[in-house]
Amino acid sequence: MKLTTMLLASAALGFAGAAHATDLEVIHWWTSKGESRAVAEFAKAFDNDGQGDHWIDSAIAGGDVARQTIMQRILGGDPPGAAQFNPGRQYEELIKNGQLLQLDDVAAAGHWADVIRPAKIQSACLVDGHWYCVPVNIHSWDWAWYSYAPFKAAGLPNPTNFDEFVADAPALKAAGFIPFAIGGDGGGWQISGAFDQILLAALGIETRDKMYRDKDTTIAASPEMLKALTNFKALKQFADDGYANRNWNDTTNMVITGKAALQIMGDWARGEFAAAGMTGVKDYGCMIGLNEDSPIVTTDGDVIVFPKQSDPAAEAAQKRLAALLISPAVQVAFNNAKGSMPVRGDVDMSTADPCMQKALMAVEHPDQIADSPGRFITADTSNALGALVSQFWSDDNMTAEQAQAKWVEIIKNAS
Amino acid sequence: MAQARKRRLRLSAIIGTVPMMIVAIGVYVIGIAFTVFWSFTDSKLFPNSTLVGFKQYHRLWQDDRWLVAVQNIWIFGILLMVFALAFGFLLAVFMDQEIRQEDLLRSIYLYPFAMSLIVTGLVWQWMLDPNFGIEHTVRSLGWANFQFSPLVDPNTAIYGLVVAGIWQGSGVTMAILLAGLRGIDAEIWKAARIDGIPIWRVYIFIVIPMMRGSIGTAFVLIAVGVVRVYDLVVAMTGGGPGISTNMPAVYVIDMITKSYNVGQGMAAATIMLLPVIAVIALIGLGRIVSTRRKNAAILRAEATA
Repeated sequence: MKLTTMLLASAALGFAGAAHATDLEVIHWWTSKGESRAVAEFAKAFDNDGQGDHWIDSAIAGGDVARQTIMQRILGGDPPGAAQFNPGRQYEELIKNGQLLQLDDVAAAGHWADVIRPAKIQSACLVDGHWYCVPVNIHSWDWAWYSYAPFKAAGLPNPTNFDEFVADAPALKAAGFIPFAIGGDGGGWQISGAFDQILLAALGIETRDKMYRDKDTTIAASPEMLKALTNFKALKQFADDGYANRNWNDTTNMVITGKAALQIMGDWARGEFAAAGMTGVKDYGCMIGLNEDSPIVTTDGDVIVFPKQSDPAAEAAQKRLAALLISPAVQVAFNNAKGSMPVRGDVDMSTADPCMQKALMAVEHPDQIADSPGRFITADTSNALGALVSQFWSDDNMTAEQAQAKWVEIIKNAS
Repeated sequence: MAQARKRRLRLSAIIGTVPMMIVAIGVYVIGIAFTVFWSFTDSKLFPNSTLVGFKQYHRLWQDDRWLVAVQNIWIFGILLMVFALAFGFLLAVFMDQEIRQEDLLRSIYLYPFAMSLIVTGLVWQWMLDPNFGIEHTVRSLGWANFQFSPLVDPNTAIYGLVVAGIWQGSGVTMAILLAGLRGIDAEIWKAARIDGIPIWRVYIFIVIPMMRGSIGTAFVLIAVGVVRVYDLVVAMTGGGPGISTNMPAVYVIDMITKSYNVGQGMAAATIMLLPVIAVIALIGLGRIVSTRRKNAAILRAEATA
């Protein structure tokens, strides 16, 4: 009896859900202040598209949790209308299993192949000749943010690259500052992320991409790799003891307040500086690609995928949303609020702040653009490498040689 | 009349047990069967049935994260078992002294158990955080070199988890053992007093052996909590610093949900199942042996009669 009632109830619910065909639920993890302002631009545009569409917002804090939810919903047969991912291999199995809507007609109508730049960000969505997602922004991990005050107090000039900072670190420490700001929350993603940027600087874009793409163990076993590991571990003496559970915005806050000198973090950190009323270059320093003389932009960011729906009306709404997300006006509004770069070069970003202008300049040069490692390696491999870097950083008994041997092993077994 | 009542009882009994049987067979038996099966496949995000032999197990025992997790659960389990039982027993003995405000104290001691492990974990994380916890407080009182930040050092972080686990588990252990203590006949205490036996000896040689049942219950409760410990780790350390506070359950969930590697997660889950099966087998064996003995005794008694 009870079971029947429940079945009836769930059937009724499913029916009710299908009745509002143009409601699209969107799962994302844009929950910080600047992020929710940005996503509101999407919602506003979609609600006012004149087709009676309605954006149903499902914001879930934390990328890991949100992606788990998306996956469970799709696997469980209750796919959301649209969902956020980071460009790369996070959603490759969904594509392989035919769970994602192909957007080829929308892409052809909007000339995505011509307007989306750089080409590297296209490849995240264009798989085997079909479009499976819409890139909405470019975030670059490859930044060092620093506070002017500690350098001034220690009588040092502002650094122009990361090596200069490392040379300055002892003096900064002696002057009573924490030279290197880092946090170890969430399994140590800040630590492995910072190492990725140092490794990128040490190996160069070509070599690093080759290691990840071809699972090249010779590069993994090279002396340059060992040197990057050694240099990275040497930074630990310049970090503070309280790093273990600190999250990224608290870490950024140490730089904002001038307690710490420098942090390696993606350009979402700029939002924290902005929230503190600071303007890039004027109030704080930003080194693009960890080196002002050879800027590098990494093409992390966000894409929106559209899990297949059984209802054709919902599918039409999905396609309308896809076209809308990449339209010039929405791109400008969203990215200005979010602090990221638009995925098309034909829009006016003159209002962006001076640090962002550095990135907008760099992104026009293909040789200054690096993919994120997630483009070449699976989440499994990426987590294994991340855990290794985090272990290497925290465990003082592990030598750089041991870490390298484990790194080689993981690369060798990667798929 | 009696017969009708009997039949109705039987029907309600069937209705009552059917859901449990469905759950037991559907969730446990079939679920475990799939877990074991998938552990021999190379399932990624979507389970598939491409058999790869013991590859997942081979990788499992090569993985530092898993090795650390296995080591940690022994440290965590044994320390928690010993200290939670010891503190729980001492608290129970204290509460049994016919003290005033017993109800109030009992609630206070039980409170940690009523709280979610996520809350427990966060509170302890804050207390042990050098930036604003105990270390910071004592330093700001004047002891500038005071050091107490176990969660920062990968060698000591696991003990931070143990402390939080003991705090959480002692209260409920006390409640169970207190019930056991109250169940002991007052005549035994009187007899011991008349014989002039010191109180501590009464506890150790008479009372504790008589409390076997409640100690066993407390033991099983703690053991179950140890095997499935997940939320405490996630809230308190996230497995860090580095990989130093990984636990088997954390490894399994991470593999499935973050690494999209179901095969590997299932291999780890299967390994987690082995000690549980071993314990159940031991208990089953114990039961068979004791029934055999009982039967033998009955036979012997009948023979002498």
